[in-house]
Amino acid sequence: MSEAVAPQRRVDSGTPLLEVHDLVVHHGQLRALSGISLRVYPGEVYAIIGANGAGKSTLLRTIAGLHRPSGGSIVYDGKNVTGVRPDKRATAGIVMVPEGRRLFPSLTLEENLKVGATYARPGPWTIGQVYDLFPWMKERRNQRTAQMSGGEQQSVAIGRALVANPRVLLLDELSLGLAPVILQRIYGMLPRILASGVTVLLVEQDVSQAMRVATHLQCLLEGRTTLEGRPSDVTAEEVEAAYFGMGSSTSADAKSPVRSAPDVEGGEA
Amino acid sequence: MAWVNAVIQGILTGGLYALFACGLSLMFGVMKVVNLAHGDLATVAGYVGVGVIAATHVPFLWSVPIVVAIMAVLGYVLQRSLLQAAISRGELITLIVTFGLSIVIENGLLQFFTANTRGIGTGSSLISASFSIGSQITIAWLDVVIFGLAIVVLLGLQYFLSGSKYGRLIRAVADDREAAQLSGADYRHVFGIAAGVAFATVALAGNSYGMTTVIDAT
Repeated sequence: MSEAVAPQRRVDSGTPLLEVHDLVVHHGQLRALSGISLRVYPGEVYAIIGANGAGKSTLLRTIAGLHRPSGGSIVYDGKNVTGVRPDKRATAGIVMVPEGRRLFPSLTLEENLKVGATYARPGPWTIGQVYDLFPWMKERRNQRTAQMSGGEQQSVAIGRALVANPRVLLLDELSLGLAPVILQRIYGMLPRILASGVTVLLVEQDVSQAMRVATHLQCLLEGRTTLEGRPSDVTAEEVEAAYFGMGSSTSADAKSPVRSAPDVEGGEA
Repeated sequence: MAWVNAVIQGILTGGLYALFACGLSLMFGVMKVVNLAHGDLATVAGYVGVGVIAATHVPFLWSVPIVVAIMAVLGYVLQRSLLQAAISRGELITLIVTFGLSIVIENGLLQFFTANTRGIGTGSSLISASFSIGSQITIAWLDVVIFGLAIVVLLGLQYFLSGSKYGRLIRAVADDREAAQLSGADYRHVFGIAAGVAFATVALAGNSYGMTTVIDAT
């Protein structure tokens, strides 16, 4: 599976590990997602980009089971998991690193990892493996995470997700509140995570960062897909148009037809 | 010397109160439930104790673990059904539900056990034995035993919460329910376990209270 580390190649043969069909999600009256579909194949780094309020986090949270969709379905490993509880999805292998880290502040670093490992699937990741990935953690394992820097907390959150041995790792907005140099270091861990056989679906506001690591790209605007394709097949202009919704969106490549987003649909938070 | 006596008796009574309070505190800390029926549940535990002794004729000391186990199971079941339903409807609803539960328990006990008071017979001389320090201070052995029990329970609770797998999960769920779910923990099950532990301490408190004085339905 390590060949997937080489970017720009989509492994779209075989069966997808995660499929989302026509997902519609409402936050009360507000329609946050209006028919999103995607297919994630094993070994991919699937990046979802978009501006604030585009629905990226809602999509990821719905895949993790934290929002109930009002329409559409989520299929994981050939099984429909649309109505499955979030904790059951986690133990089945869909594990999310939530936006804003969401560590347990009254627990120490190691206790945070132990909670992540409590209901773990069998697999390569152990707390020891996480300490190998982030060597600084070992010395500070008895500290509370509330005292740690944003980058350190983000690393602990990734470690807590990894020890559950996910098959699909959902990364929600890793760049939030982190200095670019710290973010580089965290994204630098991605190849090792992929090499262990984990598939990654990430949400990122930082487009250039997403373009660097992704094997497949999907851009959302106001709850709709405006662009989809391999990072090598889309131009900066197309991404810009899809991201901001300027003009009519153009096709990325022949194989992935792009639905155009009507500019009307207002009311995004 | 009267004030020394007051301080000593006050500290010993504080042990019993600590026994009552730790379950209340646990449920508030983890589930954010202010359990207004807490005291009534202690009375229930006292009656369960009376019932267990009457039905099985086991000595008092043997009845305590049975009562604790019964109350722990009751706690889990009550949490998974009634209290969970209240929690999912909002934190204020839990106040109304536990207040209602308190009324139901009080009147239910009154109906079944009448308003007559009952004591829990320990069947030993311990209940009335005491020792004296000097001429003015008399300390009941029972108070000392309950004080010791309170210390053991609080230390045990501390050890359980900080060292065990479920203790860790309870603290994690208390911190962030949603994040715990993302780690695969069913927070409702964890809530149930926390309630079971809280009810176990309530059982000890209710039985201790029943030994020192008497219990009645109101």
